[in-house]
Amino acid sequence: MLESKTFNTVATVILTILVCLAMLPILLIVIASFTEETVLIRNGYSFIPEALSVDAYYYMVKQGTMILRSYGVSLFVTIVGTCLGVLITTMLAYPMSRKNYKYRNILSFFVFFTMLFSGGIVPAYIMWTRYIHIKNTIWALIIPNYLVQAFNVILVKNYMQNNIPASVIEAAQIDGAPEFTIFVKIIMPMSVPVVATISLFSAIAYWNDWTNALYYITNAKLYSIQQLLMKIMNNIQALRSNSTATFLGTGSVDLPGNSVRMAMAVIGILPIVIVYPFIQKYLVKGIVVGAVKG
Amino acid sequence: MVMTKKTGNRRRLSNLSLTLLALPGIVYLLINNYIPMFGIFLAFKKYNHVKGIFKSDWCGFENFKFLFKTKDAWIMTRNTILYNFAFIVIGTIMAISVAIMMAELGKRKRVKYYQALLLLPNLLSWVVIGFIVYAFLNADTGFVNKTVLKALGISPISWYMTPKPWPAIIIIVYIWKNIGYQSIVFMSSIAGIDPTLYEAAAIDGASKLKQIFKVTIPMLKPTIVIIVLMSIGRIFYSDFGLFYQVPQNSGALFSVTQTIDTYVYRGLMQLNDVGMSAAAGLYQSLVGFILVLITNSIVRRIDSENALF
Repeated sequence: MLESKTFNTVATVILTILVCLAMLPILLIVIASFTEETVLIRNGYSFIPEALSVDAYYYMVKQGTMILRSYGVSLFVTIVGTCLGVLITTMLAYPMSRKNYKYRNILSFFVFFTMLFSGGIVPAYIMWTRYIHIKNTIWALIIPNYLVQAFNVILVKNYMQNNIPASVIEAAQIDGAPEFTIFVKIIMPMSVPVVATISLFSAIAYWNDWTNALYYITNAKLYSIQQLLMKIMNNIQALRSNSTATFLGTGSVDLPGNSVRMAMAVIGILPIVIVYPFIQKYLVKGIVVGAVKG
Repeated sequence: MVMTKKTGNRRRLSNLSLTLLALPGIVYLLINNYIPMFGIFLAFKKYNHVKGIFKSDWCGFENFKFLFKTKDAWIMTRNTILYNFAFIVIGTIMAISVAIMMAELGKRKRVKYYQALLLLPNLLSWVVIGFIVYAFLNADTGFVNKTVLKALGISPISWYMTPKPWPAIIIIVYIWKNIGYQSIVFMSSIAGIDPTLYEAAAIDGASKLKQIFKVTIPMLKPTIVIIVLMSIGRIFYSDFGLFYQVPQNSGALFSVTQTIDTYVYRGLMQLNDVGMSAAAGLYQSLVGFILVLITNSIVRRIDSENALF
């Protein structure tokens, strides 16, 4: 018993240290955002600054149109992308889960194969830009890559197979309900847990995405919060190396002070940190389900 | 007769309705995934922006010949594989250790907090992580130069210009971001171990450590084998954000941060070398495809439940 107690103590100590190590980097940028600019220039980013100030946030409120706009873009993309994507994903998964659907196997293979082989970014980039002309439209942030992902489709399909009894569907069919009605009135309500899980993952993916912006957006009006952060960092680097060659894209962004940069990064993670306590439980469940393939 | 005709019609109608339901998803995957698959022939063309993909001239294996003649091909392949190898070994060992410690602490309330806080870095975007790393490493105001090295009396290092420490930095950042996620996977698998095994071991007088090595780890073995095999199947792919945002796209660091994914991006967007970039992309897709097929067939032999197909 005593020995088990020592083990628990050691485990607690190690885990506490690890958790601190995991949190400190995030803490550093939060503290940096509340540090006075002159102190930052003198002492650098530090956990224990000499003087605190809210100037960075005050500055952002005053200069906020660009930030507010990019926040709006991110919010729009996240909401529309998640709703549209989850709807299409569920609609695709449902027929795959129906044992008596004629094209079930072909459809499953069609979805599944996209997980095994990919044409890569080069053909995709040329298709989206040259033939679909998606560049510098809001759809470039919503449609490529993230809308429907095979992994999510399979997750939903497995859930439906395991949790919706065939008898429920048969009963509705005998009552003469058309397939669309069955899908909307029976299948959707019964799939709420898995739909919630994939919505969560999809929303996080959209909020955090910067790759579609990197490839398809050069118009500053369509900057998401991630792209705005990226542009600021590019400009900092460009200024440091004193060459214009590193300027990427055309939209340039004012170079903010040391504390404002970090305040913007904090603003970028704020929504996630705010909702995190509420979604954490579902995230963990989703990771477990995803890891063992539903 | 009338009955069967009716049910036959109903079945046809049902199949049609279900197909219509699936249609938007099918169209999406056709455009987003399947059309680009056929675009791989670009790797065999001398791509010209004016002529477009269909009218550009064929050039056989020219792009591949050029690609594999350069040092880049070797560097990006080596980096991609070695980093993934380090992630698999170090990441898995650390995630299992964390999972075991959390599982041993059991249902104590603090375990929930540990889990939640360790997972948080996983939810940050690579752009934000780039900012965080920058707060530590930048030459003028970075925490490492201004506080740590100053205290140690070491002169400042311009981190984004010095390749040597980067393999360690990349691995640390990867572990920091992913350990919470990976340990959750292992914890769920530990939770599935039959508790009577531990009771029996305790009666036999096995110490806590002995229980871990004789019960927990052997019972985890199938999960570990499958997760490692699946990672090996993806060893030709790298996390673009980790290798692009964290080193801030710094040219001085390419020798230790260039992976196949960053090379393809740079070829396409910065150097405008579409042919070479497409060749590298096809190289990745093909080898990646073969690796997934091989590892999956091994997984299927061990445990068909966990095989992808």
